[in-house]
Amino acid sequence: MENFTPVSALIGGAIIGSGALLLMLMLGRVAGISGIASSAIFQSEGRAWRLAFVAGLLVGPLLVGLILTDFTFATPDLGWEVVVAGLLVGVGTGVGSGCTSGHGICGIGRLSKRSIVATLIFMAAGFLIATLFTQGAATW
Amino acid sequence: MVILMAFLSGLLMTAGIAVSAMIDPNKVLGFLHLGPGWDPSLALVMGGALAVFLPGFLLIRKRKAPVCDTQFHLPKSNRIDKSLVIGALLFGLGWGLVGYCPGPAIAALTSGSVATLVFVLMMIIGWFAARKARL
Repeated sequence: MENFTPVSALIGGAIIGSGALLLMLMLGRVAGISGIASSAIFQSEGRAWRLAFVAGLLVGPLLVGLILTDFTFATPDLGWEVVVAGLLVGVGTGVGSGCTSGHGICGIGRLSKRSIVATLIFMAAGFLIATLFTQGAATW
Repeated sequence: MVILMAFLSGLLMTAGIAVSAMIDPNKVLGFLHLGPGWDPSLALVMGGALAVFLPGFLLIRKRKAPVCDTQFHLPKSNRIDKSLVIGALLFGLGWGLVGYCPGPAIAALTSGSVATLVFVLMMIIGWFAARKARL
């Protein structure tokens, strides 16, 4: 467990939760990132607030980079996995109406049966594929 | 006000994704890949988020309406249907393959990584296909 970072994980998680809570309190909306970003592109109704949310998504890490000077992160190597995974994540969150934020945080946070089931399924599938096909923490 | 609050919400979510290092797909794969050196951090990110959202939502639900709107817009369906199961399954397979879900992928766009951009473009094509399939 040499890569375990409990403090930053809990703090980061609490910040994510506050962002989702803010949208619920102010706009009465579920902060599902896949749903909001896809509707910002493909739906004209309610586009303004959704585009503002997506703009916020882009600015968040830049702000963290200004505050935490040692902030760096890896990105994937370009290969077929990235193409296939992007398509699967798009189709899957589109058909399944949500991703880690919408189902995993807001949905479970509302105790929605649908979201609890969806989260268990995508977690199980994620564990299976990552364990079989990736190096996991060994890539560090 | 609505625009500013939506912007701030998005900003907080990816700031949290950055602080927790979930913006790094290797960190996510360290959780999803079961084996030596397993990293439970992602579970604590979800735990931290739920610890704030769950009690906060219970308080907000006591209100008749959100601050900037006349009503809440909550998903109405509570059915476990085929789309939910198949969608979640496909999403999980893609997530485990590279370590990106939509939030971290969009958050990492400003790094200028071509692979991240390709992932997001493919994801948008996938969203488009899912919308067409539903019609």
